[in-house]
Amino acid sequence: MTDTAMQSASTAPVKIETPFQRFRAEYFESRIAATAFFIFVAIVLLAILAPWITPQNPYDLAQVDVLDGRLPPGSEAFAGYTMWLGSDGAGRDLYSAILYGLRISISVGLASGVIALFIGMTVGLIAAYLGGRTEAVIMRVVDLQLSFPAALVALMLVAALGKGVDKIILALVVAQWAYYARTVRATALVERGKEYVEAAQCLGLSRMRVVFRHILPNCMAPLIVVGTVQTAHAVSLEATLSFLGVGLPQTEPSLGVLIANGFEYMLSGRYWISVFPGIALLLTVASINLVGDQLRDVLNPRMKK
Amino acid sequence: MTVFVIRRLMQAFLVVFLMSVIVFFGVNIVGDPIYMLVSPDADQADIEAAIRRLGLDRPIWEQYFLFLKGAVQGNLGDSFVFGQPALKLILHHMPATLELAFSALFLAIVFGIPLGLFSGLYPDNPVSKGIMAGSILGFSLPTFWVGLMLILLFAVELGWLPSTGRGDTASVFGIQTSLATWDGIRHIFLPALNLSLLKISLAIRLTRAGVREAMGQDYVKYARAKGVSTKRIIFVHVMKNIMIPVVTVMGLEFGSLIGFSVVTETIFAWPGMGKLLIDAILQLDRPVVVAYLMIMVLFFVLINLMVDILYSILDPRVRLQDQGA
Amino acid sequence: MTAVLEVSGLKTHFFTHAGVVKAVDGVDFTVNKGEVMGLVGESGSGKSITGFSILGLIDQPGRIVEGAIRFIGEDIAKAPEDKLKSIRGNRISMIFQDPMMTLNPVLRIDTQMMEAILAHEPVPRKEAWERCRDALGLVGIPSPEERLRAYPHQLSGGMRQRVSIATAFLNKPDLIIADEPTTALDVTIQAQIIFEAQKLTRQTGTAMIWITHDLAVVAGLADRISVMYAGRIVEQGLTDDVIDRPLHPYTVGLLGSVPTANNRGERLFQIEGMTPNMLALPEGCAFSPRCGSASGACRTPPPIEHVADRELRCYHPRSQAAAQ
Repeated sequence: MTDTAMQSASTAPVKIETPFQRFRAEYFESRIAATAFFIFVAIVLLAILAPWITPQNPYDLAQVDVLDGRLPPGSEAFAGYTMWLGSDGAGRDLYSAILYGLRISISVGLASGVIALFIGMTVGLIAAYLGGRTEAVIMRVVDLQLSFPAALVALMLVAALGKGVDKIILALVVAQWAYYARTVRATALVERGKEYVEAAQCLGLSRMRVVFRHILPNCMAPLIVVGTVQTAHAVSLEATLSFLGVGLPQTEPSLGVLIANGFEYMLSGRYWISVFPGIALLLTVASINLVGDQLRDVLNPRMKK
Repeated sequence: MTVFVIRRLMQAFLVVFLMSVIVFFGVNIVGDPIYMLVSPDADQADIEAAIRRLGLDRPIWEQYFLFLKGAVQGNLGDSFVFGQPALKLILHHMPATLELAFSALFLAIVFGIPLGLFSGLYPDNPVSKGIMAGSILGFSLPTFWVGLMLILLFAVELGWLPSTGRGDTASVFGIQTSLATWDGIRHIFLPALNLSLLKISLAIRLTRAGVREAMGQDYVKYARAKGVSTKRIIFVHVMKNIMIPVVTVMGLEFGSLIGFSVVTETIFAWPGMGKLLIDAILQLDRPVVVAYLMIMVLFFVLINLMVDILYSILDPRVRLQDQGA
Repeated sequence: MTAVLEVSGLKTHFFTHAGVVKAVDGVDFTVNKGEVMGLVGESGSGKSITGFSILGLIDQPGRIVEGAIRFIGEDIAKAPEDKLKSIRGNRISMIFQDPMMTLNPVLRIDTQMMEAILAHEPVPRKEAWERCRDALGLVGIPSPEERLRAYPHQLSGGMRQRVSIATAFLNKPDLIIADEPTTALDVTIQAQIIFEAQKLTRQTGTAMIWITHDLAVVAGLADRISVMYAGRIVEQGLTDDVIDRPLHPYTVGLLGSVPTANNRGERLFQIEGMTPNMLALPEGCAFSPRCGSASGACRTPPPIEHVADRELRCYHPRSQAAAQ
């Protein structure tokens, strides 16, 4: 013991950080990742605050005037305010519509992401806990589903289920749960191969304890990373399905619906109806992806220099 | 090797069989089979006739057997809209989709692998950072929106390329293809680029990650210690190792290209089976949807099979493992 | 005796985020023609980095900061990459520690051996192939034609290391650097590999630096031993002298911790303390915190002293009696 004391005495005093502080410091080391994080926070705030910071409620037909339709950016609305981003075919102020659309897009993405995460995690843990044939069967199903593109699975489901927020969330969950299950299983495989698990088994610790005390905590980091990427994917997928006309109905205009509405006007040069919601969508998806990227680097000890 | 192929083939058959069960019972149990299989504007007498004609009054296992029998004979029902066999319709639209997907895969490999190689070899170079930023953007840009922007820029603003349709085709070895005529190439360029964007980004990332990992391996250092040239280290030692995961993933992504072509074909009015599917969904033409689904299952199983076999050729370890098993 | 390699004042440092790691910090030694030098030290002592420095294979963020590496009279420490490339695998070759990792898993043995010849000589492939076959025969590999067609995973660990040794001798180099070539192998295989290496150096007159943490391995193999600690050579001399009469307290400790038949039943000697933190080395003698005879003088780095045809960095060398 005295030797260890001597050893540490010779090293420079190190400031003690909590794991969270270290994580925060490492995360914000990258300026791009920091920017992405703040953009994402700003987008979420804009979405939450939409009713208070927009001149118009695009769902309230009393506030929407068809005479305002297809006005270019910067035009004055009939009601007197300026439409900085122009208006769409139905006369909705695009700025207001985009903020309200963000609410829907982000809610659908987050809801499906969280549900898929819990289902996938549970299935993955059950596979890891039971092992043997059950695990083999579960993983065959996961592999089988993953061999089909999520976009196609979701497309077929909404085609069968019909339009609506609940239906599209269900479709996205079914399309994505397998990614989480695979992540948990992969971590379980790595952890189970480690010697301490063997040691724990020799000590007679229950399999339950190994799964919940060792495998589950080790899954958290990869799950968070997969979760961010999949949520970005869900937002993008919802927009795609809505654009194709099989996602959300016109009464619940997410960004994808707005872009689809603008498509017909684009060839006649009224670019803004599709372009601005698209930029909002891009910023949302890109910022979540960049945050996920940096999380992957920070949380993955293998990538550290 | 033969044992390996036979075992994989048997697995593939099992998967197709299971998927046919899922599709069949999905259609028959989740939805009302009559509603799913008969045109929505049919009257009561039509429906009764259809129930008998389709054998829906028989037990479900018998029905499944009949469905399977029809499927094996290539009969997946007739389209409500076109009045033709659904399978025939899909096969008719398939070449256009395959052509588009192959062109996109080609672009992804031709652009993605060299860019990924460069950014993996010189990670601190500003050009590499630009490539990586571009690939993140490529991942985040929703395909359909990029398609719109491509049309806006190249077709509407600049007027360089056509925005819709397939253009002239010509016959090469009996296959009608746009790639054989200049007009066809002008038509396919934008949709192929649109479809490949995500895959270019993917190829960049895979190659870059593979190169960076391989460059840190002992065998690279050992090759350097033998005095082997940098060129040989990169193109023989590193590339041969990373081509395995890259080929696997890109091969598997071919299926996803076919899937995503639904979006691209809709935007560019490309007359492939993706466009057919969306039209069928929107017009409730269910036999076409079911047929598309079965064709896709067959397709993905085939792709997985091919990738497995290719993998075993590229990676000697896989082959041995299987022989030992 | 002519010197094949003279290393003087070699310093290789790594400039990391956490600080400068002085992995090699002033190393001097000479290897003569046909001689085997054992470079001994614990992990992190800089012995492998010394080997890679000689070949110019130090990667970012490390580099050779100071010193000369004279190979057959010519300083190659600052030689351009082209020059180094023509030496590597040709005049100086290297055997790595883990044969599982060093052979490329997706290339056949013949490809990997032949490229060592073809990188340096424009000979026909047929001739290169024949030389590889003969080399495999020399290291005791049965049916070498078959082995040449194999992939690395089809060979056992010992077989793979024989391939590495055969590859190292392919171009009849002047010097071979063997970086713990037997550490990853079973003890019986270890003895065979040492035997093959020894036989080949005798036959060809090739000099060798055998890097290891195991004094027992070099005791029977090396002509001279250099003991490294924290980036410096602390004791250097003829093998028998060093083994029988170690002078540096660290060498004494290393020898004391080798289990032998003589001290059966006795408690095995253990060097106190932990291996040094290379980012925060103590001032002066790096071993002083773990040394029983450390004094105030040890705060300044000990110079190299010549004691009884040995080179030593210590203010308090053990008397020969105490060393036993």
